[in-house]
Amino acid sequence: MNPQDIQGWLSDAAKAFTQATNLDELKVARLAHVGDKAPISLASRALGSLSPEEKASAGKIIGEAKAELGRLLADATAKLERERDARVLIEEVVDITLPVQRSHRGGLHPISIIKNEVSDFFIEQGFSVEEGPELESGWLNFDALNIPADHPARTMQDTFYIEPTESGMVLRTQTSPVQIRTMLTQQPPIYVISPGRTFRADELDATHSPVFHQVEGLVVDKGITMAHLKGTLDNFARHMFGDDVTTRLRPSFFPFTEPSAEVDIFFNGRWIEWGGCGMVNPKVLATCGIDTSQYSGFAFGMGLERTLMVRHGITDMHDIVEGDLRFTRQFGVGL
Amino acid sequence: MRAPLSWIKEFVEIPSSISAENISDALIRVGFEVEEIITQGSDLTGPLKFGKVLSIEEITEFKKPIRYVGLDCGESETRYVICGATNFTVGDIVCVAIPGAVLPGNFLIAARETYGKTSNGMICSGRELGISEDHAGIMTFAEGSAQIGGDAIEALEINDVIFDIAVNPDRGYALSIRGVAREVAAALGLKYVDPVDALRNLTFENVGKGVSAKIVDADAASVFYLRTLSNFEQSAKTPIWMQRRIEKMGMRSISLVVDVTNYVMLELGQPLHAFDADKISGGLSIKRAGKTQKFNTLDGQERTLDPDDLMVWDEVKPLALAGTMGGLDSEITESTIRIAVEAVRFNPVAIAKNSRRHKLSSEASRRLERSVDPSLAQFASARFVQLLTELSSAKHVETVIDGQPRYAPVVTVDPAYVASVLGIQITSSEIASLLRLVGCDVNEKNFQVDPPSWRSDLLQPADFVEEVARMVGYDKIPSILPPRPKHASLTSTQKRRRAIATMLASRGFAEVQTFPFTNQETIDSMGFVGERAATYRIANPMSEEFPLMRVHLVPGLIEVAQRNISRGARDFAIFEMGSIFRSSQKLVSAISPELGTRPEQSIIDAITASVPPQAFHVAGLLVGKTESSDWQGPARAYSWQDAIAYAQDILQLCNLNWEIKRSDFAPWHPGRCAELIVDGKAVAHAGELHPRIVAAYGLPERSVAFAVGLSALPETELVRPFTVGTMPAALQDVALIIDQSVAAGDVESALRAGAGNLLESITLFDRYDKIGDGKISLAFSLVFRAQDRTLTGPEVTQARESAVAEAAKRTGAVLRTI
Repeated sequence: MNPQDIQGWLSDAAKAFTQATNLDELKVARLAHVGDKAPISLASRALGSLSPEEKASAGKIIGEAKAELGRLLADATAKLERERDARVLIEEVVDITLPVQRSHRGGLHPISIIKNEVSDFFIEQGFSVEEGPELESGWLNFDALNIPADHPARTMQDTFYIEPTESGMVLRTQTSPVQIRTMLTQQPPIYVISPGRTFRADELDATHSPVFHQVEGLVVDKGITMAHLKGTLDNFARHMFGDDVTTRLRPSFFPFTEPSAEVDIFFNGRWIEWGGCGMVNPKVLATCGIDTSQYSGFAFGMGLERTLMVRHGITDMHDIVEGDLRFTRQFGVGL
Repeated sequence: MRAPLSWIKEFVEIPSSISAENISDALIRVGFEVEEIITQGSDLTGPLKFGKVLSIEEITEFKKPIRYVGLDCGESETRYVICGATNFTVGDIVCVAIPGAVLPGNFLIAARETYGKTSNGMICSGRELGISEDHAGIMTFAEGSAQIGGDAIEALEINDVIFDIAVNPDRGYALSIRGVAREVAAALGLKYVDPVDALRNLTFENVGKGVSAKIVDADAASVFYLRTLSNFEQSAKTPIWMQRRIEKMGMRSISLVVDVTNYVMLELGQPLHAFDADKISGGLSIKRAGKTQKFNTLDGQERTLDPDDLMVWDEVKPLALAGTMGGLDSEITESTIRIAVEAVRFNPVAIAKNSRRHKLSSEASRRLERSVDPSLAQFASARFVQLLTELSSAKHVETVIDGQPRYAPVVTVDPAYVASVLGIQITSSEIASLLRLVGCDVNEKNFQVDPPSWRSDLLQPADFVEEVARMVGYDKIPSILPPRPKHASLTSTQKRRRAIATMLASRGFAEVQTFPFTNQETIDSMGFVGERAATYRIANPMSEEFPLMRVHLVPGLIEVAQRNISRGARDFAIFEMGSIFRSSQKLVSAISPELGTRPEQSIIDAITASVPPQAFHVAGLLVGKTESSDWQGPARAYSWQDAIAYAQDILQLCNLNWEIKRSDFAPWHPGRCAELIVDGKAVAHAGELHPRIVAAYGLPERSVAFAVGLSALPETELVRPFTVGTMPAALQDVALIIDQSVAAGDVESALRAGAGNLLESITLFDRYDKIGDGKISLAFSLVFRAQDRTLTGPEVTQARESAVAEAAKRTGAVLRTI
């Protein structure tokens, strides 16, 4: 056995392995160069006929050659397997732009979204969210709020009355009765908001709806001043309309607050009426049994439809009340 | 309320450096919303002259009447113009735009050939000059009322700014030029002259017998001035300046007497009513209508009176619906010679009721129900006499007074309280001077504050705080966050609602919010009966079509579905959350305790108990396909299973356990409706809508719906979890043959009960209904597991056999042999 022969076998094998272009060709090359009938195998089997000295030295040479062949084969195999895998992945490519989503697109009503947003904001400020019935006692909706019968303030709000009218039951014209309910059942400090559905006998048009939503806020605590009302509204306005928004309070009239104010926001280049507010009328506090020598409070209220329309540039109330899926779906779930 | 700048200037010295915008801003700052600033005359240039009509030539060959009019405009020659109006005669004075004049709309007047004549100018209507909406004809003036050839722009005070102001109900005093002018002066720090000052010492001698005056109903009025005048001659006409002011205020000039009553009301705020004194039998008195049935008001309407209506009577009959509208029988006419003018400080509530009951809101009632300065009964009636005697031959005969003005009491205002409410630093003397600015008398020693006569709304210290704040300026109040309470969160109910809504929305439902109104036809068509159909009726609904409160959410969802379908939608799911209003209790008479102190707890409880409970529901409606059919394959239609599954998902989201039963419940298909029961209470229904309803409302066939009564759901209990077992599970399948009338839910319950506590889960994996003979096969997969050991074969077999035995006992199930 000639070492040069072994070198020749190795180089032949290396050449054959690298020339194989796929795993099948490599198999043919493997059988030819490391299979039973390959020269190296024959040489290996021939070792038995050699003398012990020759066997030792030739065995070492053949062993090293076999190891080298094994390495060459492993390298070639790994390379071809990689190529095969890559090819398979390429062959399995699909068009991932095909439309795959089949489920309906859902969404929360934008009023729910804005109600959630307002609630979350005030909860972070430590306010609780209070609710109350929509069909409400007239005493809670009007009288207790210092709106006596036959006061022009009652006609400010076109009210839906429930039969029999002697019951005084109304569809609440504001969420303020929730404030009264809260003050009748809780002791100060009171920090609450009351979002909810309200009713006024207005024809449905681009900016009015007989059924709409308000959020009101009420704070009753020691040392509450109108400056706290202003601070709260400023913060609220910035949260809803962005940091650039400016607020303005204008003297106004609400029977349940004194002093009273309209709150305007300067948004998109113009002043917009946003809501009403004021210091809770001491008469209202006293009616709820709150000691006015110790406690004072403020309250405010905004229309949620109006807030939504101003912020999102919605120009027609019909879109909000009709329930057209195409409108609602645009808002997602408010995330 | 309108207020022309020219009129305000009569009482406020306004320097020319102050613009209309400055005034508007100042009014807004003190609480008067300026809705519009109307600038008149800025787009009008003369020459505009008064001309006397000398001749009229009717030109008849055209489709419409055309006049060729000769005019004396104070020029050397007669001016001829073409005119299309016909409401004037020879001798009238008209307003003529001379060539070169530019009218609003950039309309240049030039001499032109028209209708075969040369027209040398134009006779103008109020609208053409931009000073009124009146386009019925051209403006005419009585001879002698305007100077021929005189500058009409100046005489008509065309160049003016009119503020249109929204006045809040507590500020009735500002429904007058007197009140608005005072606010302008106070807001801008300008000198103000109260027009009443000139009237305080104005008295008239009683020279004869006039009409007497009596307040019979003492609650209805505090003071009644009745002044009688005679010798009125009809030739007296309203002067142009008065006519123009009345027009600028948005009213119409009617006749001199009526115009003067209106003028005084606009100037001072006190409504006046002038009667033809010769049509009054005996004296006037103020009392309720009582048994009187009918009354004809000035507007020609016959009104049915309420016994509580407040009227001004003579000895025989009512002559006026007090403070609201006069009567037809005693109105001033072209033959009136003697006039009785009434000025009364009525009780605002009485007038508000008059106005509301007759749906009659007049200029007078609007002021009187907002409370009028009680001193004005005297001064305004004096002003009437002053003006009418100046402008006509009328002479004062007698003034009769009944009652006396009542003013708001003096209030002690603690200056420290003012500062503490507003959150600003302010001294006592600053507070005193600001209160004086709004007309209060302030004793600085003890801070006893006497409100001015026109402010009957200033009754408690807080009312004075607002006055100080207005005069300081709300913008001077700092912005500070209140002390922050410790902690708040949504209630578990609120969290649940929000999670349910978000779950449904994220699973393809669009939320809708419908009006909670319905009608009997809808309730009937849904098949609701008994207490599920009973509801409350709105006394004054938006429309007679929907006079009832809803008893269920599904009808509203159907309406929205119909709307979406009509707009092209086919496959969708919608849901609504909201209250329903079944009349579970009879409404009691209103309970109305007094204000100012907390009512007894029993009264508060009675009030809250008088409000009927209003259940909060969520309902969903699913129509068409569950998803879109597309290249991936066709989609299946929504079916009863989907509706039931969503109802169950809602209960599962709330971590509740439920039982399910078949139910025959409107508005569902009687054979395809599930009832979900929690703690023995039916809380939800779901399934296929009744085919009759689906057909009646044109919904896609087999539309399905669910409704869950959220307020009926119990609170979730604190979870006490079991330890999760790690021992291997044993799986056992059983196939049972049952009668097809047996509910699968009952079979499953029986298997569960029989399997014992080693059962971990049970799944119906096959349902085969082709066996025939009225039988079906249900195949269940049962998973058994013990916490502490691997189950042995015999243990598992025994558990399975006892499960099957229980199913056999309860439902007649037979193990299917394969």
